[in-house]
Amino acid sequence: MTTLVVPRRPDGRARLWRLAATIMLAIVAIITMVSLGASSAEAATPSPTGTAAAVCASDATTGCLQGTIKLPSGDPAVGIKLGIKGGDLDTTVATGSDGKWSQAITVAGPYTITVDTTSIPDGAVLDSAAKNPATVNGALNKNTGYVFKIVGGTTASDGTTTQTPDDATTGITFDRFAQQFVSGIRLGLLLALAAVGLSLIFGTTGLSNFAHGEQVTLGGLLAYLFANVLGLNLILAAIISVVICAATGFFQDAWIWKPLRRRGIGTTQLMIVTIGLSIALQYTFQYFLGASTVRIDQANPVTVDLGPVTLSAQSLISMGIAVVIIAAVGWVLVKTRIGRATRAVSDNPSLAAASGIDVDRIIRIVWTSATALAGLSGVLLGLVLNGVNWQTGLQLLLLMFAAITLGGLGTAFGALAGAMIIGLVVELTNLVLPGDFKYATALIILILVLLVRPQGIFGRRERIG
Amino acid sequence: MSSDVPTTTSTMTAAGAAAKQSVSGVEAVPGVSKPDPILTVDNVTRRFGGMTAVDVKHLEVQRGIITALIGPNGAGKTTFFNLITGFDKPSSAPKLIGGPKAGEAAKSTFNGRDVGNTGATKVAKMGMVRTFQLTKALSKLTVIENMRLGAKDQPGENLFVSVIKPLWAKREAEITEKAEELLSRFKLLDKKDDMAGSLSGGQKKLLEMARALMSDPVMIMLDEPMAGVNPALTQSLLGHIQALRDEGMTVLFVEHDMHMVRHISDWVVVMAEGKVVAEGPSGTVMDDPAVIDAYLGAHHNTDLGDDSLLTDEVAEELAAEVQNEELTEGEIKA
Amino acid sequence: MDQLLQTLYAILNSAISPQTAALAIAAIGLNIHFGYTGLLNFGQAGFMLIGAYGFAISIIAGLPIILAIIIALVAALIFALILGIPTLKLRGDYLAIVTLSAAEIVRMVGRSSLLTNLTGGSNGITGNEYRSPFTDLSFFGNGSLDIGPFKYDLTGSNGWWFIATAWFVVGLLCLFAWAIMRSPWGRVLRGIREDEDAVRSLGKNVYSYKMQALILGGVIGAIAGIVYILPASLQADSMGRSMTYFIFTALLLGGAATVFGPVLGAIVFFAIRLFVQGIANQFIPSAIMNGQQTEQFAWIVIGVMLMLVVIFRPQGILGNKKELSFDVK
Repeated sequence: MTTLVVPRRPDGRARLWRLAATIMLAIVAIITMVSLGASSAEAATPSPTGTAAAVCASDATTGCLQGTIKLPSGDPAVGIKLGIKGGDLDTTVATGSDGKWSQAITVAGPYTITVDTTSIPDGAVLDSAAKNPATVNGALNKNTGYVFKIVGGTTASDGTTTQTPDDATTGITFDRFAQQFVSGIRLGLLLALAAVGLSLIFGTTGLSNFAHGEQVTLGGLLAYLFANVLGLNLILAAIISVVICAATGFFQDAWIWKPLRRRGIGTTQLMIVTIGLSIALQYTFQYFLGASTVRIDQANPVTVDLGPVTLSAQSLISMGIAVVIIAAVGWVLVKTRIGRATRAVSDNPSLAAASGIDVDRIIRIVWTSATALAGLSGVLLGLVLNGVNWQTGLQLLLLMFAAITLGGLGTAFGALAGAMIIGLVVELTNLVLPGDFKYATALIILILVLLVRPQGIFGRRERIG
Repeated sequence: MSSDVPTTTSTMTAAGAAAKQSVSGVEAVPGVSKPDPILTVDNVTRRFGGMTAVDVKHLEVQRGIITALIGPNGAGKTTFFNLITGFDKPSSAPKLIGGPKAGEAAKSTFNGRDVGNTGATKVAKMGMVRTFQLTKALSKLTVIENMRLGAKDQPGENLFVSVIKPLWAKREAEITEKAEELLSRFKLLDKKDDMAGSLSGGQKKLLEMARALMSDPVMIMLDEPMAGVNPALTQSLLGHIQALRDEGMTVLFVEHDMHMVRHISDWVVVMAEGKVVAEGPSGTVMDDPAVIDAYLGAHHNTDLGDDSLLTDEVAEELAAEVQNEELTEGEIKA
Repeated sequence: MDQLLQTLYAILNSAISPQTAALAIAAIGLNIHFGYTGLLNFGQAGFMLIGAYGFAISIIAGLPIILAIIIALVAALIFALILGIPTLKLRGDYLAIVTLSAAEIVRMVGRSSLLTNLTGGSNGITGNEYRSPFTDLSFFGNGSLDIGPFKYDLTGSNGWWFIATAWFVVGLLCLFAWAIMRSPWGRVLRGIREDEDAVRSLGKNVYSYKMQALILGGVIGAIAGIVYILPASLQADSMGRSMTYFIFTALLLGGAATVFGPVLGAIVFFAIRLFVQGIANQFIPSAIMNGQQTEQFAWIVIGVMLMLVVIFRPQGILGNKKELSFDVK
């Protein structure tokens, strides 16, 4: 057998370092940007009540037991006392203003954690399904988390608790249906904003961008940075965030994706590259933010009643913006030269190139607008959902994939329709099943659709090969 | 084995004469029935969107001869090929609900068995093995592994048997021996441990053909076996095709270049715009006005492929092309 | 210097830990999917979780350990069938999206409060609820054993018994993978990875082979899930999407389509993470980067490393570039 020496292109090594440097630079840039915000955030917003629990940092000789306790309303539960016993410890900790508790340990092994139920505020009780005391295995050099769930309920004088039934079991009324339906439309619209971009990228380059969710997160976090930390006007902050997001798309394509396309790297390989990018970005967000959820607009939301449906003003405005932007994207795709060229590239890149379309330029435009749309989606989601955290986009990514698969891979209008369906399914699931299942149903529907109509709703049979 | 491969197409073997004889009495009209058809196709249509790529009412392929399927580019030859071999489904396939009327549904019979709705795997198992226009030599396997993959009845291809080598080692040795025999016939034996990806275009075509033969097919279907092969190797390829027929195999091959076809094929089917427009013995079918129409109508600067068009200029061009190619095929020249 | 030595010890200890072995096993399974067959399974963590739940719940229900393992593996087999039937005839992307989604469904259902009695909800199941039948099998005796930097109990949780069995399973599966991949069965898979149609034209039932590969790799994933939870606890969130990504990183790092690539990759994966973390802890003042942040920094490095490996050395440490095919259709 002949030994085949893989020829290295003379500039291969130089390119390697340039690319590595680029990626690192981009991440450092994001880190600096966000850290600027995070550090000033700490200075700017002193915690209103109590103090945050001391942060425990694990290393080779220390481990951390930790958790977050939230009230049924979703707000942090402050001052819940927990007894921790095990190893060489027998101590009590309390949750801080962020609902977090943590305890450093120096001995690995089982620890018993007991919630002092009397420290739970009135109107709430420990979930009857929760174990109390609970046993966890503490390990060194590691953070071991444990979650106690608190639900609505009352405690009688003899100590017995009555749990308020879960939303899911309260039955379906028209009012609830209407409310969830509108929420579904809202989620669908915001999802569509992000999914259209993902679909366009897939259509024009064949790439499933697993880091698209992080683009959404980025939009929300930037808006938080500008509006909240730097104190800009909300609208201005949103605009700046979207512009920066667009820039990330532009430079991503210029520095990463275009050079890689030039190298002739296959789409599977590129897809794994986006997974790497997604991991790096997620932890970059966590690096500055930790696991906390930040709110872009901290004022109490103004609500509007529309018949049986109650919506915050921000939700209404967000939906309006989403509708306008989606309509604009549709108009651009159908009516303008660039839009037609984009669709031509999606259909058949080599044919499009042969007929004089500058494919690279179109792809650059697609990347820029896709990340801008994702960023906008992130800003609006942050406003509507009361906050953004490091995994906001991550959770959305699956729904986006479900939406574009449902609509037909690579078709922009399919993505829109798919997103509306997914949004409705997710929110309406809440009527009959507890919240844990709402994403699951959307994904089950996706699998069922693939069984019946694999090309999606708008896809053409020929595309699926 | 390799010595009896005919090196020029002008030698007429006894089997060749018999093959020509077997269809000599058949009338040269589209869809005519043959004395001993191995493959019969009815009502096969394939539409892509609004365009009809293939619409063949009836076609029979005679057993034991070389049938060429020719036609200008875009005539639907390869699509038709895909439909017969199960790689594509006719639009006219019978459906449970809302399918075509009885008698208008696609139907094809191979060797007396219905293959209408059969997938590609089963078609191949029945003994109708094909090659591809763009060669599908598995370039990340070695040549010999490519060959072994082609063999039938391998116990080691069962997951549970595969774990224990003694259970499949004997069969593996058998097929390896057969593979080496075929490789030496196709002059690829000294490449057997090379990655198939390192072969030249022509060698890949040969490998693909040899691999198809590993399964002892009844009928072999070659999709443009000469495309992208330099003229020096073409002669040897044609020789191999004739040799297959002489061994009793039925050969159906697609080609758009007619001068490759006329010497070796016993029967020619001409397609244009998805339909069979003419068929007949290779010597006379070119004179059919429908054929000339099909070619000249579709392309002004047509490559009719007839010898008359093979002017000195063209010949020189071809020669230049041969020189330009890295002559890796040199050793294969018969 | 002391800190560096500690980091080195931590790396060595993590290199032999059962969790590393579990990641290696999961990567061996994924290697059958992705490395040899070209199937884009983005739900390997889901297979692990299915195996872990199947095992733990069966044990808690009082079944013998052998039966519990069989139930775990059968559950993974059924899961693979459910995922494979709709997608294996379609283009590779669909399998990717469906496996990714399905793994998330498993995780969400597992942590759902509705099933707290069965799965322990988001708190999961603690190790001592299912560990003892396995610990009882130990013939290592009590006490502890120190070998150089490795100081563990013989049988106790995370002790030598767990380490030895985990790595024994790794060895066994490597042998198994080697045996099937040199066979004609493995040859068909490698053919499929490169060109399904070519293999189909030779009369092989491509769909069936892809299904077999999906099931086999998934069942190995379930074994990984069991090995993963035995010395620790079962928490749905610990086997989420990140886990799948880490398995991919380990596999690509070590070398897809090689026998030892997944194992080497798993070890190197944890080593790099601890190394980066240790270095960051040592040399970067905690005012700039605190302990928590060094951990996240290590993950960022892992993410960037995955990008660079895939671009510049897709064959990984052990792989052969000539043989590797990333192009999945």
